Amino acid sequence: MAIHIPNKPETAYIVRLADNALILGQRLSEMCGHAPEMELDIALTNFALDLIGQANLLYEHALNLETLASNVDEFALTRSLDDYHNCLLVAQPNVDFAHIIVRQYFFSTFQKTQYEALLGSNDKTLAAIAEKSLKEIAYQIRLAHGWMLRLGDGTEESRARMVDALDCLWRYTGELFEKDSTLSALIKSGASADFTLEYKNWQSEMMKTFSQAGDLQAPDILQMLSGGHDGQHDENLGHILKGMQYMQLKYPGLQW
Amino acid sequence: MYSTDLRTDTEKKAQAVTASEDAALWEAFQKRIDAGDIIEAKDAMPEKYRATLVRQISQHAHSEIVGMLPEGNWVTRAPSLKRKLILLAKIQDEAGHGLYLYSAAETLGRSRDDMVADLLSGKAKFSTIFTYPTPTWADIGTVGWLVDGAAIVNQIPLCRCSYGPYARAMVRVCKEESFHQRQGYEIVTTMARGAPEQKAMAQESLNRMWWPSLMMFGPSDAASLHSSQNMKWNIKRHSNDVLRQRFIDATVPQAEILGLTIPDPDLVWNKEREAYDFGEINWDEFWAVLKDGGQCGKSRLRARRAAHDNGTWVREAAGAYAKKHKTRVGKAA
Repeated sequence: MAIHIPNKPETAYIVRLADNALILGQRLSEMCGHAPEMELDIALTNFALDLIGQANLLYEHALNLETLASNVDEFALTRSLDDYHNCLLVAQPNVDFAHIIVRQYFFSTFQKTQYEALLGSNDKTLAAIAEKSLKEIAYQIRLAHGWMLRLGDGTEESRARMVDALDCLWRYTGELFEKDSTLSALIKSGASADFTLEYKNWQSEMMKTFSQAGDLQAPDILQMLSGGHDGQHDENLGHILKGMQYMQLKYPGLQW
Repeated sequence: MYSTDLRTDTEKKAQAVTASEDAALWEAFQKRIDAGDIIEAKDAMPEKYRATLVRQISQHAHSEIVGMLPEGNWVTRAPSLKRKLILLAKIQDEAGHGLYLYSAAETLGRSRDDMVADLLSGKAKFSTIFTYPTPTWADIGTVGWLVDGAAIVNQIPLCRCSYGPYARAMVRVCKEESFHQRQGYEIVTTMARGAPEQKAMAQESLNRMWWPSLMMFGPSDAASLHSSQNMKWNIKRHSNDVLRQRFIDATVPQAEILGLTIPDPDLVWNKEREAYDFGEINWDEFWAVLKDGGQCGKSRLRARRAAHDNGTWVREAAGAYAKKHKTRVGKAA
């Protein structure tokens, strides 16, 4: 069957959460076998496993709420680029371990705030998925935070790489806390609390970590970049989809 | 940094005596082995026994780590979310096996850094099977079914080998490999019972992977360099050919159930032996792969070297941070 785009704001929002998790999981799984240390290989693979597991649960829930496709894989792995609604941050490339850690730290700390806002949701399934995911997110934050400090306050080289990572990735953090009509509808219906009110607290938390990490500074950027939630992506996502969708598009309708 | 000897001075002295390897020590050690004793890390042992185990366990660890690459090749392209999750979990297990085995080898006095340096320099070997490519998704099924299947046949006897830390590590490894083998067979089953192009893909993969899987058991008994002494020491309990036969006899019926054909025209059930007769293995290919890495050996090593080199600044940063932090804690106290 053809892919349908969600009509209900709640389904659209769940797809957004799922796409975030899937695309970051996909990015992290690129590192499988290539991480800087064997223990880190296991950790990053485990993050990918957690995130793609979250995505799977969220897609299943979305497909139960609305008829979007014949199954989760068709929906997750065959849509057009502009039908993915992940934030831009999660598709940013694995430039080096500093970029991986900064991206993870920004996303996981944001995701914690976002999922805590779902714990009291009137959608009990969504609340349960959030509760389960928060346990995984807590570990991801712990590992990413530890490496933020080690790399920021490590050597001259590691610090320079962290400065570069912040310079590249900070600009994608504004999008995480944008309140668009989809999120507003969820807040109104009681499906989510308004986590965007936490933006300033989140920023303060980041500044505190930066200062512990060799006194890193948030970069002076001229504008925050966004568009992913509306399906307007940069150059990265298309390359991710090319690999991720390969089998589903080449062999439509087959079970594996 | 790659010359770390983890043994204490006392241990080194004790083992240096052993290293003189007079006949009485060898005899006493052999008596322990023959009596079925388990040798532990701090026990006296012939240096050759120690060296053999370090070589074998570290090669095993290297194979687990290098083996992540041909499977990792399909993580981003796995055909469904379920398959992607299973594959990620499986590769994570393999990395865990690698760490586990490096730890077992470290009990013999060689550091993980040293062993990894040997892998990256090309001095140490890893299993020939991982020099073969995984061009299709079916290969992920076949790797689980055949490669992990062969690994189990090889490794179950190691759970009772004479060196305690290795034997105990293998108990856990074998449990997970058994799960891996079943998930691989399940992938192949789904494909063999699926659309014609899926079955064809599974057959094509079996055609490529069958003979390299048989080579995993190592050279024939007549050509095996290490078998005889290793069996005497109870590091190895069955010969290469015995294990290979065991694998073939277990695997052929599994292929038949799926309607897949083993690519060996000489394969036939021998009633008298109650085992399959099979065709000649291409040993020229085996030795060539062992020596020059075959199709992917060089790229696998290149990938491991790149991961290691790209990690240098990360390790240095962690070291510098730990040092600074320790100093600061010291000052605060």
